[in-house]
Amino acid sequence: MDIQLTINDISLKVPEGMSILDAARTINIDIPTLCYLKLNEMHYNNNIASCRVCVVEIEGRRNLASSCSTPVSSGMVVRTDSLRAIQARRAMVELLLSDHPKSCLTCAKNQDCDLQSLASELGVRHISYEGEESEFEIDKSSSSIVRDPNKCIRCRRCETMCNEVQTVGVYSAVGRGFETVVKTAFDLPLSQTACTFCGQCIAVCPTGALTELDQVDKVWKALNDPDQFVVVQTAPAVRVALGEGFGLEPGTIVTGKMVAALRRLGFDRVFDTDFAADLTIMEEATELVHRIQHGGRLPLLTSCCPAWVKFFEHQFPDLLDIPSTCKSPHEMLGVLIKSYYARTLGIDPKSITVVSVMPCVAKKYEAARPELSQGAETADVDIVITTRELIRMIREASIHFDHLKEQEFDHPLGESTGASVIFGATGGVLEAALRTAYEVLTGETLEKVEFEVLRGMDGLKEAVIPISGRDYRAAVIHGLGNARTVLEKIRAGESNYDVIEIMACPGGCIGGGGQPYHHGNLEILSERAQGLYREDRAKPLRKSHENPAIIGLYKDYLGEPYGERAHKLLHTSYVARKKI
Amino acid sequence: MCDSASPNQFAQKLDSYIDSLTHKKENLIGVLHYAQEIYGYLPDNVQWHIAQRLDIPSATVYGVVSFYSFFTMIPRGEHVVNVCTGTACFVRGAEKLKEELENQLKIKAGETTPDNLFTLETLRCVGACGLAPVMIVDGEVHGRMHEAQDINEVLAKYRPES
Repeated sequence: MDIQLTINDISLKVPEGMSILDAARTINIDIPTLCYLKLNEMHYNNNIASCRVCVVEIEGRRNLASSCSTPVSSGMVVRTDSLRAIQARRAMVELLLSDHPKSCLTCAKNQDCDLQSLASELGVRHISYEGEESEFEIDKSSSSIVRDPNKCIRCRRCETMCNEVQTVGVYSAVGRGFETVVKTAFDLPLSQTACTFCGQCIAVCPTGALTELDQVDKVWKALNDPDQFVVVQTAPAVRVALGEGFGLEPGTIVTGKMVAALRRLGFDRVFDTDFAADLTIMEEATELVHRIQHGGRLPLLTSCCPAWVKFFEHQFPDLLDIPSTCKSPHEMLGVLIKSYYARTLGIDPKSITVVSVMPCVAKKYEAARPELSQGAETADVDIVITTRELIRMIREASIHFDHLKEQEFDHPLGESTGASVIFGATGGVLEAALRTAYEVLTGETLEKVEFEVLRGMDGLKEAVIPISGRDYRAAVIHGLGNARTVLEKIRAGESNYDVIEIMACPGGCIGGGGQPYHHGNLEILSERAQGLYREDRAKPLRKSHENPAIIGLYKDYLGEPYGERAHKLLHTSYVARKKI
Repeated sequence: MCDSASPNQFAQKLDSYIDSLTHKKENLIGVLHYAQEIYGYLPDNVQWHIAQRLDIPSATVYGVVSFYSFFTMIPRGEHVVNVCTGTACFVRGAEKLKEELENQLKIKAGETTPDNLFTLETLRCVGACGLAPVMIVDGEVHGRMHEAQDINEVLAKYRPES
C-alpha cells in the first residue's frame, strides 16, 4: 500500500514501511547522514540512529525525528530544511567533534573522511562545546588493521558489517554513556581474536578509527636500499580501481599506466600476480581431478583468499581437509621470484624484496604467516601494500598518473591470460578453472569461454556443468556470512558440491578492504568487475593452460602440476584456531 | 556464592542450566545472572564459555556484561556495600555517604578491600526514597545514613567479631 505524505511542501506517495530518508531521496531531497549506511547488494543496513545527524521536523511531533529509522505515515508533513533541523544537525556534529582528535591534517583518512566532509557540508566553523576527550589505546597488534578508538564515533557500521554480513563478530559496543566505544571481546588486541582481517570494517568506517597498517615507508626504504633487488607484483583487482585515485572513472583499466608508475617508483622488476593466478588454476584444477580420481574429500574449496582461510581456521577447524592446499597467487609468485627467478638471475634470494600490491588488507597478515616462507629469514612475500597505499606512493612521487605512457609487465612472470584477470571478481576463479578443466578433461576446445551464470553480485551462485559425461556441481560464494551457511551444510553432510569458490569480500577482490573507498556506492564495484571482464575479452589468450610462460615454467623448473616440486613450493597447510 | 564447590562443579552447574533452556541465545542475560550467582563475578573465561555454549560472539557477551552495572568482571568481597545514587538519595547527600564509606573502608567505589571483606559499589534507586540517603549491604537497606558514626555501626555488624 502506498503512503501519501508531504516533504518540504512537495506531496508524494511511497510504499509503506519506507523511511523518511529514502522517501525524501525519491524526490531528490538529500538529508545528511553519518552513521546510516545501507548496501542493498550485501544485505547490509546500519540504521541504528546513533548520530542523530539525519533529524527532520515532523508537524505535530514535539521532538525531531531521525529520518533513517522513522518510517513514513499517512498524512505526515515533514520539513528537512527548517532552521531547527539544520541547527540540530550542526550541533550534533559539533558534539561529535568535541570528542574527536583534531588531527585531520595527519590522519590517514584526511580528505576521505565522512565526518570531515559532513562538517564541511553543514558549515561547521567552530566547535561550541568543550569537554572531556576519550583516551583509548591504539591497537597496532595485527599486521593488517590499525584500530584507533579515539576516532570512533560509535556509528557501529563496523559492528554491523562484522556481525551481520561477515558473521565473524569481533566487534561490539562496550561500556555505557560517555565511555561507550566499539571494542573487541575482553579488550583483546585484534591479533588475538577471530578477526579475519578482511578489512570490510575499514571499507565502511566513516572516520580514521579503522585503517590499514601503513607499509608505504617500508617500501620506500627497500627501494632506496642499494643492496636490495626490489620486485613488485600487482593483483588483478588493482588495475580497475587504481585510476579512481587520480580522478578516473571506476572500472577504467589502467594496467599499462600502473606498470609505468611502478617503474618510475624504482622497482627493479614489475611482475603480474595474474601470472600466478594462471598457475593457481593449473595446480587447483589438477588437485580437483586428483581428489575425484582418488576418492578424496569433496567439495574442494578455493584458498586464494586469506581472510576466508582464517575464517575457516577459526570457525570450522574440523573441516581443514577440504580447502585446496594451494597457496594464494601472490604467495606462489613470491616463492617463485625467490627460487626460480633468483636462480635465473643468479641473485641470493635474501637480497630480493618482494612487494605485493593488493586490493586487500588480509594479504598483509597472510604474508606474515610462518607457513608461507622458506625458512625463518625468507618470507615468500616481504611487504604488502594496498591499492590505497600505492595511490599514496604515486602521489608522494608527484607522478602525473594520467599522463604516463602505457608499459608492459616484465617477462616471464608478467605474462597472463584473460582467465587470470577475472580472478578479481566473484566467480572469476571458478570460471577460469572451468575453462581449463573442460579442455584438459575432454581434449576438446571450449568455444564459449564465458560462464555468465557465475558472474554478478548474488551471494550464492550455482551451476551444474557436464564435462566428459560427469556433472560437476559448482558454487560461487562471496561474503563470509554466505560462506558460513554453506559450510554448515557441508559439516552436516547436506551438500553435494564438487567445487566451491569462496571470497571473503562482497563482490570478490574488486570490493576488497584495501581498495579506494566506495562511500556506500556499490555501483563502483560493478564498474570494476566490468573493467576486468573487458580486460579478459581483450586478451589474445583466455585460458590459463595456454599461457606460454606457465608451460615453460613447468617444463624448465616445476615438472608436473601438483607434482613434488610444485607441492613443496606452491602448496601450504592450515592451522586450527580458537573462536574468540 | 557456592563457596564449597570447585570451579569444575561451577562449570557443570552452569552447563546444565544452559542445557535446560529451550531458547538459549535469547536468554543471554538470564545465563549471565546465573553465572554470576555461581562464580560471584564474570571472568573472561566464563564469558567466553557462555559465548560458545550460546553460539554468539564473545564480543557480544562482553558488550552486554560491560553495559549493565549489575554485572561485574572483578571478584567481589564477602559483603557488597552499595550506595544509592538515585535522585532522592543524591539530593539528600549520597555523595557524602559514598565519600564517608570510601574513607572508612579505605577503597574507592568499584573496589574491594584487601582483606576481601567488603566491595563498595553504587547503584540507582532501590525504591526506598523516603529513607534517603540509603546504603545497601548484601541486599539489606540501611536508611538515613548521614552520620559517620551510624555508617560505622552498620559496617561493624558485618565485620567478624574479634
